[in-house]
Amino acid sequence: MTAAAVPSLPRRALSRPEMGALIGALAVYVLFWAVAPSFRQLDSLSTVLYQSSTLGIMGLAVALLMIGGEFDLSAGVAVTSSALTASMVAFQFTLNVWSGVLVALALSLAIGAFNGFLLVRTKLPSFLVTLGTFLMLQGLNLAITKAVTGNVATDSIRDMDGFDQARNVFSATIGIGGTDIRVTVLWWLGFAALASWVLLRTPYGNWIFAVGGNQDSARAVGVPVTFVKISLFMLVGFAAWFVGMHQLFAFNTMQSGGGVGNELLYIAAAVIGGCLLTGGYGSIAGPVIGAFLFGMVSQGIVYADWDPDWFMFFLGAMLLLATLLNLYVRKQATRRRRT
Amino acid sequence: MTEQAAPLVPLVQLTGIGKSYGTIRALHGVDLAVNAGEVSCVLGDNGAGKSTLIKIVTGLHRHTEGEFRIDGEPVRPSSPREPLARGIAAVYQDLATVTLMPVWRNFWLGSELTRGRGPFKRLDIDRMKRTADEALRAMGIALDDLSQPVGSLSGGQRQSVAIARAVHFGARVLILDEPTAALGVKQSGVVLKYIAAARERGLGVVFITHNPHHAYMVGDHFTVLRLGTVELSAPRAEVTLEELTLHMAGGAELAALKHELARVTGVDTGQLPEANEGSTEGSTSTERK
Ligand SMILES: Nc1ncnc2c1ncn2[C@@H]1O[C@H](COP(=O)(O)OP(=O)(O)O)[C@@H](O)[C@H]1O
Ligand SMILES: [Mg+2]
Repeated sequence: MTAAAVPSLPRRALSRPEMGALIGALAVYVLFWAVAPSFRQLDSLSTVLYQSSTLGIMGLAVALLMIGGEFDLSAGVAVTSSALTASMVAFQFTLNVWSGVLVALALSLAIGAFNGFLLVRTKLPSFLVTLGTFLMLQGLNLAITKAVTGNVATDSIRDMDGFDQARNVFSATIGIGGTDIRVTVLWWLGFAALASWVLLRTPYGNWIFAVGGNQDSARAVGVPVTFVKISLFMLVGFAAWFVGMHQLFAFNTMQSGGGVGNELLYIAAAVIGGCLLTGGYGSIAGPVIGAFLFGMVSQGIVYADWDPDWFMFFLGAMLLLATLLNLYVRKQATRRRRT
Repeated sequence: MTEQAAPLVPLVQLTGIGKSYGTIRALHGVDLAVNAGEVSCVLGDNGAGKSTLIKIVTGLHRHTEGEFRIDGEPVRPSSPREPLARGIAAVYQDLATVTLMPVWRNFWLGSELTRGRGPFKRLDIDRMKRTADEALRAMGIALDDLSQPVGSLSGGQRQSVAIARAVHFGARVLILDEPTAALGVKQSGVVLKYIAAARERGLGVVFITHNPHHAYMVGDHFTVLRLGTVELSAPRAEVTLEELTLHMAGGAELAALKHELARVTGVDTGQLPEANEGSTEGSTSTERK
């Protein structure tokens, strides 16, 4: 390639999938900076980042799955299923909590594999398949928790062996630069860096784009489509496990009805971040910024002393705006350059 | 890959091939042979079974009747991997490329170059871009930015990228499903040029089209499909463009239609072309090379 042929910088910047989200995030940041003095403090930033991180970790996996052309509606309750499993296994069998954690990991990966397997086998849309899993898991979470504990929540595992160690991994608080940072923030950014590397720099990443962009073309040139799809669902399972473990070790106990509705927030974070709902296009920086936007809005409303009831409205408006912006940006980027 | 096959053994040979989709019989009793350095054209109207035929050859579908041989050896591939490994590459009308992906990523899709090992195995992006550029230029395709999405290329360029890709990956048999269907005259010319270039390189080419003019420009052998069966199979020496066009249009049916129309008042059948003159397009060109 000749140097002269490289497109101009603004054009390149505009063709980045996360451009819409970045502009939106800057606007929201400036807004809350202006209206909410307490938003400007470093501690607030740390809170915003914490809020963003748990949503963001799921958002990463959901974004990769979306780039690969599928959704997972069961992702929200799957977080709860994982945490309930770890908690109950450890408590009921009075094991070291790590045993529960490992069983939960196996279960979460299995749920992902089940979703993926059902999808490639039945060729049904992932919306349907995962809607089924979503409802089933929701029911199982409530029913099994009640059957095992006689309650809607699990017993506290605070005093069990290995708890402190596990809490350090999933839910520690670390003092950095004069403020306290939750460890999930570091995990989130670390996972994001890894995911971005995988997506852009490995054959597997190339395959994710391809199966989402045109599954049949991908298959015709030898991409293992089934493997890619199933592994992406399992990746969502892994993220659900991780976030579930965070919640468990942050709160010691788990409500069995939790997580419902969050799957849509994950999808929204990915879409705001410029991932194409129909697959084949997107980035990792996008859902990171998307999740950060969520964190800012949810905390910013509190710092600005607005009625928190407005949160959902804000999210919806942001989703629409970002989607329109992304649509415009993508049109500019993929417009035919020559005839 | 097997060593050089004896000259008389075709690269790909189909004998009495049939395929049913449930109760729909899309193909029945079809013979086709593809030799190195030859362009074998498969013609037929929409729904004639052209795509079905080549999806069998490329391993996307499995035949339900007949025999499929690669280098004389019977095969029943269950995925495109085996045919691909044996040098059969396809460029589909509907799935040539992934439009949102950059040209260089499309070029290497499924055969990515990597460096490093173990968990550090990663795409060798520089080499992928450079080699893709060289391979495209070798086929006469010069693009100034390989990072642009394939969707931003013109239809002819897109097909050409897919063809160059197949040639680069050592295809011995190149299968093209209606590569010119959606293209204008000039763009079609570009694609026909690459088909000729692939033949020059000694590849066997299966060129699927419903345009007899395009077929006749590059074809060495012609097979016309009609409702899933072979209507005509002839080498270039034994068929004229007119005959080809006639068979394509379903000559007998056309004559019957003309007869019907003659009984309807107000239609001047004298203006209609004679069925046995062939061309539905009123073409009078009778030149042959
Ligand atoms: N996947 C499929 N399932 C069922 N019927 C199919 C399928 N693909 C093709 N057909 C049918 O097989 C016949 C031949 O189709 P096709 O091979 O696509 O024809 P062509 O490419 O010549 O237009 C058509 O009647 C079509 O409806
Ligand atoms: Mg077809």
